[in-house]
Amino acid sequence: MKVAYYPGCTLKTTAKEFDLSARAASAALGIDLIEPPRWNCCGTVHALAKDDVMHHLAPLRNLLRVEEMKDQGLVDEKRVVALCAMCYNTLKRSNQAFNTDSDKAGKVKESMNNEAAVYSGGVEVEHLLETLRTHGWDKVSARVNKPLKGLKVAPYYGCLLLRPRGIGVDSADNPKVFEDLLKSLGAEVVDFGYKQKCCGSYHTVYMPEVVADLGNRILTQAQAAGAEMVATACPLCEFNLGDRQAEVLKKYPRFGSIPIVYFTQLMAVAFGLGEEETALGMNKPDPRPLLREKGLI
Amino acid sequence: MSENGKMVTIYVLGKRHVVPADLTMMKAMEYAGHQFRRGAGCRGGFCGACATVYRKKGSYKLLGALACQKIVEDGMIIAQIPFSPSEKKTYNVSDLKAEANTFLQYYPEIARCLACNTCTKACPQDIMVMDYVQAALRGDVAQAAKLSFDCLSCGLCAMRCPAEIVPYHIGQLARRLESKYIEGPTEHVLKRCAEVEEGKYNAEIAEMMKMDKPTLANKYNTREMRIK
Amino acid sequence: MRPTPADKTFRDRVKELSGENIDLCFQCGACSGGCPMTEEMDYLPSKVIRMAQLGLEDALATKTIWVCTTCFNCEVRCPRGIDIANVMESLRQLVLRKKYDRISLTDLSDEQLRTLPQVAIISSLRKLTA
Repeated sequence: MKVAYYPGCTLKTTAKEFDLSARAASAALGIDLIEPPRWNCCGTVHALAKDDVMHHLAPLRNLLRVEEMKDQGLVDEKRVVALCAMCYNTLKRSNQAFNTDSDKAGKVKESMNNEAAVYSGGVEVEHLLETLRTHGWDKVSARVNKPLKGLKVAPYYGCLLLRPRGIGVDSADNPKVFEDLLKSLGAEVVDFGYKQKCCGSYHTVYMPEVVADLGNRILTQAQAAGAEMVATACPLCEFNLGDRQAEVLKKYPRFGSIPIVYFTQLMAVAFGLGEEETALGMNKPDPRPLLREKGLI
Repeated sequence: MSENGKMVTIYVLGKRHVVPADLTMMKAMEYAGHQFRRGAGCRGGFCGACATVYRKKGSYKLLGALACQKIVEDGMIIAQIPFSPSEKKTYNVSDLKAEANTFLQYYPEIARCLACNTCTKACPQDIMVMDYVQAALRGDVAQAAKLSFDCLSCGLCAMRCPAEIVPYHIGQLARRLESKYIEGPTEHVLKRCAEVEEGKYNAEIAEMMKMDKPTLANKYNTREMRIK
Repeated sequence: MRPTPADKTFRDRVKELSGENIDLCFQCGACSGGCPMTEEMDYLPSKVIRMAQLGLEDALATKTIWVCTTCFNCEVRCPRGIDIANVMESLRQLVLRKKYDRISLTDLSDEQLRTLPQVAIISSLRKLTA
């Protein structure tokens, strides 16, 4: 199955491990993630102001590229899979705005009218977790040759994967798609109350102490619930919960560090893929000691 | 006078002039009596000094061109941009890495790119400006260098960008990084330099130094031209 | 802080820009209860909505609107279906569109620009600069 895949800027630069592991793990399931030959930054956040047209151009342009891919026979359907939760949210919301607000769609088309093509609105945006759910958890389990036995993982959804209502990959009140994925890999799923609490998002740039507070709260809760590792689906969450642990330790000296990984990296480990595919050397803190201890790598 | 005597009407800085139809915008402005003290350079479409914006009567479109290349059209309303204000950051290419964060370090405003494509529309060289800025943003330095190759730093893109990015600085940095770190040193140049240092051409040069002017001129005119 | 007829224009602008009917809010406080950033705020989100309802431009001078992370927890919790995060965005836009930058790129060191994930730099610029 050939499906269009939108990586986003961060997955090509500071979060390469997410991109590498996702492509390898998906390929192992027969899902070929194909990047558009030409794409641009989606803008990371959805333009909420009702009169805004300009900020929709970036995400919609990417969807246009996906349409072109389908027309050129590079992919099977007019569908795009995103990995970064922020990209997923932005692409999906702009798509929705374009398809429900004909006035806005008209304005967008006008500002693109002397370019080669104009977006028709026909592309579906989904997150890899949805793609896997549709593919079937049994198929995912069938591919596992190194079940993550004894690994206590807490799924961390963050915000933009589930909210606002109508955009989420699952119910905002009681989601289970991430848990289902981890179960299909054989891991011991640890549910905890802060799995949807915001990590601080973009405040990590100018207010890292605030992110440290939120990170401390989220991760100590996860640990209290019994988690040894936290899995995430967003490079900003991974940075805020992972790299920023150094900031947490500065404020809370008794904080116990806990490894943060992308769910696709756990997939790659469970599928028995190599070091290049699991790309575990790029995460901070290093998850490898724990995984070695569990006999998983 | 043009070959067939045809004239067109143009407006320079708001004032109406009737000029021959086959002149370039630059020649037409000079025909109309303007003297270029800034905004003119090589007059050959290579230096980027004559960046010009114009509209045509009856159309809202704001277009960009190089005055020395573009032929006038009836109804053109012209203004020049002799200088596009920008700050080129100081860096030592030898200290840098060919990756996205290098661009973010020196030109962090690149993160504001809206992918609106206004820069591409403004470019008189038909460069895919938005694409090369986006390529730099996602760390594809080779692509950014390749796409920005024809850039003359004329400044039209920078004047129009709503995110206040100066694309030509990005292109320049990309090309410098690409040639140093991705292309690498050019083998044939290094080889020739080594040959020169070894003294391979010393005898020939010594001989030529002794020649008188007519002999030298003859040698030059009858030289063997090998075009590969 | 007594509302006057002139304040209605501000209120209409907020409703227009956000597309949210802030008149529906009955001050239950569920949004404030779920907000992760209340400790950094000077006014609770529900209070800021109240200010907007009353047409008070004081809402634009709060620290609250800048500290919001647009996590949409409030939108999910609101029993009246108001997207409070959207209202916060429209309040920010009313200030930003007057050429105001909440943050400046010059505050970032070379080290930070080299190591921060792009999604963080891009989103903070989108949210907090003109």
